[in-house]
Amino acid sequence: MIQINLWKLQMLFPALTAFVLLSPSQALAHIEQGQAIGFITGLHHPWSGLDHVLAMIAVGIWGAQLGNPAIWLLPVIFPIVMSLGAMMGLLGIPLPGIEIGIALSGILLGAMVLGEVRPKIIVAALMVGFFAIFHGHAHGTELPAGQSGLLYSMGFVIATGFLHGIGITIGLIHRWPQGRLALRGVGAFISFMGVTFLWRALA
Amino acid sequence: MNGNKFYPGIFPGLAFGIAVLCSPSSADAHLVTTGMGPVYDGIGHFLLTPEDLVPVLALAIYAGLRGADSGRRAMFLLPLAWFIGGLAGSVVNVTVSIPIAAISFLILGGLVAADFCLPAAVVTGLAIVLGGVHGFLNGAALKESAGMIGLMGIMLMVFVVVTVVSAFVISLKRPWERIVARVAGSWIAAVGLLMIGWAVR
Repeated sequence: MIQINLWKLQMLFPALTAFVLLSPSQALAHIEQGQAIGFITGLHHPWSGLDHVLAMIAVGIWGAQLGNPAIWLLPVIFPIVMSLGAMMGLLGIPLPGIEIGIALSGILLGAMVLGEVRPKIIVAALMVGFFAIFHGHAHGTELPAGQSGLLYSMGFVIATGFLHGIGITIGLIHRWPQGRLALRGVGAFISFMGVTFLWRALA
Repeated sequence: MNGNKFYPGIFPGLAFGIAVLCSPSSADAHLVTTGMGPVYDGIGHFLLTPEDLVPVLALAIYAGLRGADSGRRAMFLLPLAWFIGGLAGSVVNVTVSIPIAAISFLILGGLVAADFCLPAAVVTGLAIVLGGVHGFLNGAALKESAGMIGLMGIMLMVFVVVTVVSAFVISLKRPWERIVARVAGSWIAAVGLLMIGWAVR
């Protein structure tokens, strides 16, 4: 648990107040259009790109290899930072080399699983967070017209979380020697696929 | 905390709430019609509106993580604040279009994810602000349809949801169970960030 100073928390409220007062109007909240389909689209979207799927699973497996607290910290960091990346995309902030970044995420995260690399937790978190920005920027902004942004976002984040969960579940075989070997094989596969994504991105 | 006899988090929190309520523009609110009367319309509205339901879930989880005292405060104060906010929304012709839900998602989801150890008084403040602001929007939405009865249906459902969810979270004793709750909070915060992006765009 994290102890924070209440006076520091107090500093948050003036900032939030300023944000509220300066926010643009026209949010069009509560309009019920494309609600269910928005959720389904968001839920489906992360599965539609193999690069995204493999990176999410690699994060889960790596977290399982690293054990506590990485097993839960990495999958918590990824969706939040991914959303930041998506927000950058929505705000029109350009991010160069998105496809290359996504391909590199596959290569490096796969390599971490392959080598069962155990960096400090802050290094692992920074690495996962760095690549999450690319995934968010590329995938989080693709809302089809007429669909609910809220439910699309919920579906997108939940699906991403489930992909991490699949990775963690696969990573549970780490407790057996054969399982560790198998995980390294999965890491090699993810890394290899990352190389093919990079090849495509550069071609 | 430093000799100030007033609780330090109250006034900035109130300023934030007032700023939210005074932000002008249109809300385009709606009401779910169940065909079973205004109480069920209110209940249906709450349960089928993730903008309202998810922040309540997040506050209930956070209150549960903070313990029984915080849970009890949220259980009674959130529905009450919701009702009072709804009454205000039904009589005042001020509507809001800033991304209230997104801000609620982000703050409450972030608190759950980080498991910030804040005192029960802060949970009280959060419940009052959340209930007041979301209730205000509901009141504005319901004043030409289900009215006060619908608002009471919402209040009832808020009470049930907060009671059940916070009691469930309080019962979680194993560390991994609390982590699951925190992961849910991180997802809520992530959705809040995305919603702010959509709103700004």
